[in-house]
Amino acid sequence: MSFSLTKDKRGVVVVGVDGQLIVGNRQDLKQKVLDALEAGARKFVIDFTKTGYIDSSGLGVLVSLSKKIREQGGDLRLAGLNEDLQTLFELTKLDTLFSITKTPAEALAAF
Amino acid sequence: MTTPLRLDVRRSARGGESDFELSLDVPSDLDYVGPAVELIAERFSRGVLSPRRVRFNLRTALAEAIANAIAYGNHHDPRQVVQVRVEAGRQAVHIHVTDAGAGFDPAAVPDPRLPGRLEREDGRGLFVLRSLVDHVAFNAAGNSICLTLRAG
Repeated sequence: MSFSLTKDKRGVVVVGVDGQLIVGNRQDLKQKVLDALEAGARKFVIDFTKTGYIDSSGLGVLVSLSKKIREQGGDLRLAGLNEDLQTLFELTKLDTLFSITKTPAEALAAF
Repeated sequence: MTTPLRLDVRRSARGGESDFELSLDVPSDLDYVGPAVELIAERFSRGVLSPRRVRFNLRTALAEAIANAIAYGNHHDPRQVVQVRVEAGRQAVHIHVTDAGAGFDPAAVPDPRLPGRLEREDGRGLFVLRSLVDHVAFNAAGNSICLTLRAG
Protein backbone atom coordinates (compact mmCIF):
# COMPACT_ATOMS: atom_id res chain seq x y z
CA MET A 1 0.00 0.00 0.00
CA SER A 2 1.26 3.42 -0.85
CA PHE A 3 0.38 6.90 -1.97
CA SER A 4 1.63 8.50 -5.16
CA LEU A 5 1.56 12.25 -5.77
CA THR A 6 1.64 13.76 -9.23
CA LYS A 7 1.09 17.34 -10.30
CA ASP A 8 -0.37 18.28 -13.65
CA LYS A 9 0.81 21.35 -15.54
CA ARG A 10 -1.91 23.51 -14.03
CA GLY A 11 -0.71 22.58 -10.55
CA VAL A 12 -3.53 20.16 -9.63
CA VAL A 13 -2.18 17.50 -7.28
CA VAL A 14 -3.45 13.96 -7.91
CA VAL A 15 -2.96 11.52 -5.05
CA GLY A 16 -3.33 7.82 -5.89
CA VAL A 17 -4.27 5.46 -3.06
CA ASP A 18 -2.88 2.01 -3.79
CA GLY A 19 -4.33 -0.75 -1.58
CA GLN A 20 -6.10 0.66 1.43
CA LEU A 21 -6.65 3.86 3.35
CA ILE A 22 -6.95 2.84 6.98
CA VAL A 23 -5.97 3.67 10.53
CA GLY A 24 -2.39 2.43 10.01
CA ASN A 25 -1.49 4.65 7.04
CA ARG A 26 -3.86 7.63 7.15
CA GLN A 27 -1.28 9.90 8.82
CA ASP A 28 1.04 9.27 5.91
CA LEU A 29 -1.61 10.47 3.42
CA LYS A 30 -2.48 13.42 5.63
CA GLN A 31 1.14 14.53 5.88
CA LYS A 32 1.76 14.24 2.13
CA VAL A 33 -1.30 16.35 1.30
CA LEU A 34 -0.58 18.92 4.02
CA ASP A 35 3.02 19.24 2.77
CA ALA A 36 1.73 19.95 -0.74
CA LEU A 37 -0.78 22.45 0.68
CA GLU A 38 2.02 24.14 2.61
CA ALA A 39 4.06 24.29 -0.60
CA GLY A 40 1.26 26.25 -2.28
CA ALA A 41 -0.93 23.63 -3.98
CA ARG A 42 -4.66 24.37 -3.67
CA LYS A 43 -6.38 21.89 -6.00
CA PHE A 44 -6.37 18.22 -5.08
CA VAL A 45 -7.84 15.03 -6.52
CA ILE A 46 -7.67 11.80 -4.56
CA ASP A 47 -7.80 8.85 -6.94
CA PHE A 48 -9.26 5.63 -5.51
CA THR A 49 -9.09 3.61 -8.73
CA LYS A 50 -6.62 1.16 -7.14
CA THR A 51 -8.12 1.16 -3.64
CA GLY A 52 -9.48 -2.00 -2.07
CA TYR A 53 -10.97 -0.64 1.13
CA ILE A 54 -11.27 2.46 3.31
CA ASP A 55 -12.13 2.32 7.01
CA SER A 56 -13.76 5.00 9.14
CA SER A 57 -10.36 6.48 10.05
CA GLY A 58 -9.65 6.83 6.35
CA LEU A 59 -12.99 8.58 5.87
CA GLY A 60 -12.16 10.80 8.84
CA VAL A 61 -8.83 11.89 7.40
CA LEU A 62 -10.54 12.86 4.12
CA VAL A 63 -13.05 14.99 6.04
CA SER A 64 -10.26 16.69 7.94
CA LEU A 65 -8.11 17.31 4.83
CA SER A 66 -11.07 18.68 2.90
CA LYS A 67 -11.71 21.18 5.70
CA LYS A 68 -8.05 22.27 5.86
CA ILE A 69 -7.85 22.69 2.09
CA ARG A 70 -11.07 24.74 1.98
CA GLU A 71 -9.73 26.97 4.77
CA GLN A 72 -6.85 27.84 2.43
CA GLY A 73 -9.26 28.62 -0.41
CA GLY A 74 -8.62 25.30 -2.14
CA ASP A 75 -10.68 22.30 -3.17
CA LEU A 76 -10.41 18.54 -2.68
CA ARG A 77 -12.19 16.15 -5.05
CA LEU A 78 -12.55 12.41 -4.97
CA ALA A 79 -12.51 10.10 -7.99
CA GLY A 80 -12.44 6.47 -9.06
CA LEU A 81 -14.54 4.99 -6.23
CA ASN A 82 -15.80 1.50 -6.99
CA GLU A 83 -19.42 0.61 -6.27
CA ASP A 84 -18.72 -0.56 -2.70
CA LEU A 85 -16.71 2.53 -1.78
CA GLN A 86 -19.31 4.80 -3.37
CA THR A 87 -21.95 3.07 -1.22
CA LEU A 88 -19.82 3.66 1.88
CA PHE A 89 -19.78 7.42 1.14
CA GLU A 90 -23.53 7.42 0.55
CA LEU A 91 -24.34 5.46 3.75
CA THR A 92 -22.27 7.84 5.87
CA LYS A 93 -23.70 10.84 3.95
CA LEU A 94 -20.16 11.92 3.16
CA ASP A 95 -21.16 12.04 -0.50
CA THR A 96 -22.87 15.33 0.46
CA LEU A 97 -19.58 16.76 1.72
CA PHE A 98 -17.36 15.92 -1.25
CA SER A 99 -17.39 16.49 -4.95
CA ILE A 100 -17.10 12.96 -6.36
CA THR A 101 -16.47 12.05 -10.00
CA LYS A 102 -16.21 8.68 -11.73
CA THR A 103 -12.68 9.17 -13.06
CA PRO A 104 -9.69 11.34 -12.13
CA ALA A 105 -9.83 12.82 -15.65
CA GLU A 106 -13.36 14.12 -14.98
CA ALA A 107 -12.25 15.61 -11.67
CA LEU A 108 -9.32 17.35 -13.38
CA ALA A 109 -11.52 18.66 -16.17
CA ALA A 110 -13.94 20.14 -13.62
CA PHE A 111 -11.26 22.36 -12.02
CA MET B 1 7.87 -4.48 9.77
CA THR B 2 8.79 -7.69 11.59
CA THR B 3 5.53 -9.05 12.85
CA PRO B 4 4.70 -10.91 16.04
CA LEU B 5 1.36 -11.86 14.48
CA ARG B 6 0.79 -15.62 14.52
CA LEU B 7 -2.39 -16.93 12.99
CA ASP B 8 -3.62 -20.18 14.49
CA VAL B 9 -5.68 -22.21 11.99
CA ARG B 10 -7.78 -25.21 12.94
CA ARG B 11 -10.07 -27.33 10.82
CA SER B 12 -13.43 -27.77 12.51
CA ALA B 13 -14.41 -31.21 13.75
CA ARG B 14 -17.27 -31.17 11.24
CA GLY B 15 -14.73 -31.43 8.44
CA GLY B 16 -15.52 -29.78 5.13
CA GLU B 17 -13.23 -27.36 3.35
CA SER B 18 -15.16 -24.26 4.38
CA ASP B 19 -15.28 -25.17 8.09
CA PHE B 20 -12.36 -23.76 10.03
CA GLU B 21 -11.44 -21.61 12.98
CA LEU B 22 -8.81 -18.91 13.14
CA SER B 23 -7.38 -17.18 16.16
CA LEU B 24 -5.00 -14.28 16.31
CA ASP B 25 -3.68 -12.05 19.09
CA VAL B 26 -3.03 -8.50 17.87
CA PRO B 27 -0.75 -6.18 19.89
CA SER B 28 -2.36 -2.88 20.87
CA ASP B 29 -0.62 -0.89 18.16
CA LEU B 30 -2.60 0.48 15.20
CA ASP B 31 0.25 -0.40 12.82
CA TYR B 32 -0.78 -4.05 13.17
CA VAL B 33 -4.35 -3.52 11.97
CA GLY B 34 -3.56 -3.76 8.23
CA PRO B 35 -1.29 -6.83 8.51
CA ALA B 36 -3.79 -8.58 10.83
CA VAL B 37 -6.62 -7.95 8.36
CA GLU B 38 -4.56 -9.39 5.49
CA LEU B 39 -3.55 -12.51 7.46
CA ILE B 40 -7.21 -13.33 8.10
CA ALA B 41 -8.60 -12.24 4.72
CA GLU B 42 -6.07 -14.45 2.87
CA ARG B 43 -7.79 -17.48 4.41
CA PHE B 44 -10.97 -16.54 2.54
CA SER B 45 -9.45 -16.51 -0.94
CA ARG B 46 -12.08 -19.04 -1.94
CA GLY B 47 -15.12 -20.50 -0.29
CA VAL B 48 -17.89 -19.16 1.84
CA LEU B 49 -17.69 -15.41 0.98
CA SER B 50 -17.61 -13.90 -2.51
CA PRO B 51 -14.29 -12.27 -3.56
CA ARG B 52 -16.02 -8.88 -3.57
CA ARG B 53 -17.26 -9.29 0.01
CA VAL B 54 -13.83 -10.49 1.13
CA ARG B 55 -12.16 -7.50 -0.54
CA PHE B 56 -14.49 -4.93 0.94
CA ASN B 57 -16.92 -6.06 3.66
CA LEU B 58 -14.71 -8.56 5.49
CA ARG B 59 -11.55 -6.43 5.31
CA THR B 60 -13.22 -3.16 6.33
CA ALA B 61 -15.21 -4.78 9.15
CA LEU B 62 -12.11 -6.49 10.54
CA ALA B 63 -10.12 -3.24 10.37
CA GLU B 64 -12.88 -1.31 12.16
CA ALA B 65 -13.37 -3.86 14.91
CA ILE B 66 -9.66 -4.38 15.60
CA ALA B 67 -8.86 -0.64 15.52
CA ASN B 68 -11.75 0.14 17.89
CA ALA B 69 -10.55 -2.56 20.30
CA ILE B 70 -6.98 -1.23 20.26
CA ALA B 71 -7.91 2.44 20.62
CA TYR B 72 -11.04 2.51 22.79
CA GLY B 73 -10.81 -0.89 24.52
CA ASN B 74 -7.11 -1.27 25.28
CA HIS B 75 -6.25 2.47 25.04
CA HIS B 76 -3.11 1.53 23.04
CA ASP B 77 -1.69 -0.23 26.12
CA PRO B 78 1.24 -2.33 24.83
CA ARG B 79 0.74 -4.84 27.65
CA GLN B 80 -2.71 -5.75 26.31
CA VAL B 81 -3.68 -7.68 23.18
CA VAL B 82 -6.83 -7.81 21.09
CA GLN B 83 -8.09 -11.35 20.61
CA VAL B 84 -9.61 -12.17 17.24
CA ARG B 85 -11.42 -15.47 16.74
CA VAL B 86 -13.06 -16.38 13.45
CA GLU B 87 -15.43 -19.28 12.94
CA ALA B 88 -16.04 -20.05 9.28
CA GLY B 89 -18.78 -22.45 8.28
CA ARG B 90 -20.82 -23.19 5.18
CA GLN B 91 -23.65 -20.86 6.24
CA ALA B 92 -21.80 -17.94 7.77
CA VAL B 93 -18.62 -16.45 9.16
CA HIS B 94 -18.60 -15.28 12.78
CA ILE B 95 -15.85 -12.91 13.90
CA HIS B 96 -15.29 -12.27 17.61
CA VAL B 97 -13.04 -9.36 18.56
CA THR B 98 -12.33 -8.99 22.27
CA ASP B 99 -10.33 -6.37 24.13
CA ALA B 100 -9.18 -6.09 27.74
CA GLY B 101 -11.13 -2.90 28.41
CA ALA B 102 -14.12 -2.15 30.59
CA GLY B 103 -16.54 -2.19 27.66
CA PHE B 104 -18.93 0.48 26.43
CA ASP B 105 -22.60 0.99 25.70
CA PRO B 106 -23.06 0.77 21.92
CA ALA B 107 -26.53 2.33 22.21
CA ALA B 108 -24.92 5.53 23.53
CA VAL B 109 -22.88 6.11 20.35
CA PRO B 110 -24.45 9.02 18.40
CA ASP B 111 -25.39 8.80 14.71
CA PRO B 112 -22.43 10.17 12.73
CA ARG B 113 -24.76 11.32 9.93
CA LEU B 114 -26.38 14.03 12.09
CA PRO B 115 -25.70 17.52 10.68
CA GLY B 116 -23.60 18.56 13.68
CA ARG B 117 -21.46 15.43 13.46
CA LEU B 118 -21.01 15.00 9.73
CA GLU B 119 -17.82 17.05 9.54
CA ARG B 120 -16.18 15.39 12.54
CA GLU B 121 -13.09 13.31 11.89
CA ASP B 122 -14.02 10.40 14.16
CA GLY B 123 -17.09 8.56 15.44
CA ARG B 124 -18.04 6.59 12.30
CA GLY B 125 -16.52 3.19 13.16
CA LEU B 126 -19.50 1.46 14.70
CA PHE B 127 -21.89 2.87 12.09
CA VAL B 128 -19.66 1.63 9.25
CA LEU B 129 -19.36 -1.78 10.93
CA ARG B 130 -23.11 -2.15 11.22
CA SER B 131 -23.61 -1.34 7.55
CA LEU B 132 -20.99 -3.83 6.32
CA VAL B 133 -22.00 -7.05 8.03
CA ASP B 134 -25.28 -8.94 8.42
CA HIS B 135 -25.38 -8.90 12.21
CA VAL B 136 -23.54 -7.20 15.07
CA ALA B 137 -23.76 -8.36 18.69
CA PHE B 138 -21.94 -7.43 21.88
CA ASN B 139 -21.35 -9.35 25.08
CA ALA B 140 -22.96 -7.95 28.23
CA ALA B 141 -19.76 -6.22 29.34
CA GLY B 142 -19.37 -4.50 25.98
CA ASN B 143 -15.72 -5.50 25.46
CA SER B 144 -16.38 -8.20 22.87
CA ILE B 145 -18.09 -7.74 19.52
CA CYS B 146 -19.39 -10.54 17.31
CA LEU B 147 -19.79 -9.82 13.60
CA THR B 148 -21.70 -12.19 11.34
CA LEU B 149 -21.33 -12.33 7.58
CA ARG B 150 -23.73 -14.75 5.95
CA ALA B 151 -22.39 -16.95 3.13
CA GLY B 152 -22.41 -15.45 -0.35
